[in-house]
Amino acid sequence: MSTHQNFPAEPGTAELRDVYGRVMLIKLTDERIRRVIRSGRIVTPHYSPRGQEVIPSAICAQLNPDDYVVTIYRGLHDHLAKGVPLKQLWAEYAGRATGSCKGKGGPMHITHPAAGVVVTTGIVGSGIPIANGLAWASQLKGDGRVTVTNFGDGASNIGAFHEGLNLASLWKLPVIFVCSNNRYGEHTAFEKGTAVKQVSDRGASYSMPAMTVDGNDPVAMWKAANEAITRARSGGGPTLIEAMTFRFEGHTNGDDSHYIPADVMAAAKEKDPVPRFRKLLLEGGHATEAELDAIEVKINADLDEAVDFALNSPWPDAAELNRDIYLEEIEA
Amino acid sequence: MSAGADTKVAQITGAQAVNMALTEAMENDPTVLVFGEDVADPEGGGVIKVTQGLSTRFGDHRVKSTPIAEQAIVGAAVGAAIAGMRPVAEIMLMNFFTVAMDQIVNHAAKIRYMSGGATAVPLTIRTLTGAGNSLGGQHSDMLEAWMAHTAGLKVVIPSNPADYKGLLLSCIEDDNPCIFVENGILMFTPGDAPPPGHRVPLGKAAIPREGSDVTLVSYGRPVLDCIAVADQLAEEGISVEVIDLRTIVPMDEAAIFASVGKTGRVVIVHEAVKRFGVGAEIAARISETCFGKLKAPIERIGAKYSPVPFSSALEKDFIWSRERVEAAVRKVMG
Ligand SMILES: Cc1ncc(C[n+]2csc(CCOP(=O)(O)OP(=O)(O)O)c2C)c(N)n1
Ligand SMILES: [Mg+2]
Repeated sequence: MSTHQNFPAEPGTAELRDVYGRVMLIKLTDERIRRVIRSGRIVTPHYSPRGQEVIPSAICAQLNPDDYVVTIYRGLHDHLAKGVPLKQLWAEYAGRATGSCKGKGGPMHITHPAAGVVVTTGIVGSGIPIANGLAWASQLKGDGRVTVTNFGDGASNIGAFHEGLNLASLWKLPVIFVCSNNRYGEHTAFEKGTAVKQVSDRGASYSMPAMTVDGNDPVAMWKAANEAITRARSGGGPTLIEAMTFRFEGHTNGDDSHYIPADVMAAAKEKDPVPRFRKLLLEGGHATEAELDAIEVKINADLDEAVDFALNSPWPDAAELNRDIYLEEIEA
Repeated sequence: MSAGADTKVAQITGAQAVNMALTEAMENDPTVLVFGEDVADPEGGGVIKVTQGLSTRFGDHRVKSTPIAEQAIVGAAVGAAIAGMRPVAEIMLMNFFTVAMDQIVNHAAKIRYMSGGATAVPLTIRTLTGAGNSLGGQHSDMLEAWMAHTAGLKVVIPSNPADYKGLLLSCIEDDNPCIFVENGILMFTPGDAPPPGHRVPLGKAAIPREGSDVTLVSYGRPVLDCIAVADQLAEEGISVEVIDLRTIVPMDEAAIFASVGKTGRVVIVHEAVKRFGVGAEIAARISETCFGKLKAPIERIGAKYSPVPFSSALEKDFIWSRERVEAAVRKVMG
């Protein structure tokens, strides 16, 4: 009864090009955001996903618009991969009335139900139990939707993760837990905060299929996502995907990564997923240099337009302080 | 007029004051433990470097970076405190208290009472919060009313570096669970350094400006604006007394009542949401005890009844402002 589109277990040329387009959109948007913040034209915290672009791109290229995504403060890559429109995203970053949350939520809480982005939370781990609720509703309604929730390696140490995975497995929910293991939670290295070798080891505690994949490898990520999505859609229950990756721009803007040893950072940058992906497309004959360059030109033009739109949009009216708190306005 | 520019007192920030207090406490008492997310030196000594140097100096058995697990952090503090240690746990931001509320409300606050005094929980939880930095709805809340409404917790919200140091030491040395609330802007605001060994007793307000026409009751960051308004209105001949409560629990009622006895006019200012806030409690106590002295209805200033908005355009209207404080003073003056 589900009308959801199915995708091949192995990505071909069309699939890889689709994923690459999302990856490049994320990379260029993130770079532009950091530039605009540096220029002082937008004041906001920003948690760069630079280095983690492939993970949501390979997943979301196989999702339908009505599939749900629940993400975190480091969520720009999820928002873009799932299709949040650039203009509303930028206007929200700028705190303007035209933003996806009318300027009230900000980048840490981007919400765009039409694209399936229903929750972005700033609280570590808290998206996991909420994803279960979304997936449960899909199970009850039989609507065939899948819910994907992204979180970090550090989040696998908080209670919500453990409670959430147990419940999802118990109820066989159509949910996919994507742990982006970027080796750090704020300034704390993975090994200093986590007692297991791999986050995927924890799947066994909840009898949940779990895997560790190279999150910077578009083919491996595609296959992992395909398996998990297929399982969820066919009633087979949840999957835990641990996607190994790295974040190149620190925890938040202004963080100089001083706590990351230089050799660790250098080794990680060797594995930058973006040049690696470009090489794969060129060497595999999936695209030409000119085609890939054209993708960037188009994205940059869209970004010019979106930044313009955001910075020329009106600020929210003070009356907005009293709206959207309840359905009806209550005198403050 | 006020002490300041011409005096030679060394200047420190709130963050430095906290660091000094923790260092002193750890030196004085080997049972003092410091732990929380990223607090040890390999992790940078705290995300804003408040605990820098402590793990190097006192060892990583007493100063520990923890996993992101607030329930585990506060739970460990409760247990260690019962066993005779003096834990100082850091919850990075006050909004993350929500994840640890069971340990704070059901355990830290109540264990002494429920055990009939057989056990005690002498812990301190330090945390950071405050609006004004476009951090939005989950990173800026002032939740002190929740804490104050739970009997068993002491709640401390200082306004200047000397008090940061003196009050934190008093919290650590106190035999009860204490919540110590730091402000994201005050942590970087310089002020006079206190002398070594400085302590500020819990439950004792400061009166940074004396006056006879209006009483401004406040705590935390808005105190700075209350002082500025008092100085400004003094030039017009309006005499404003500023009470900096410093601790919400226990509250220095005597200082408030004495001041209201003099002035008969009260404006209460806090950063937290006005509705159901600490200001309502203060106003109620004043009307219960000083009703006959009041010359005007009590004014309260607090944040709007909404989550903290992200947009700077909304955030500035959300919280108190110097202008709102001044207008309220003029209003009670009639
Ligand atoms: C409950 C809670 N505790 C602490 C924080 C502060 N904090 C924000 S992000 C973060 C690190 C999270 O690390 P990880 O889960 O690995 O995700 P990453 O940021 O690396 O993507 C911390 C400690 C928070 N937002 N929520
Ligand atoms: Mg991480």
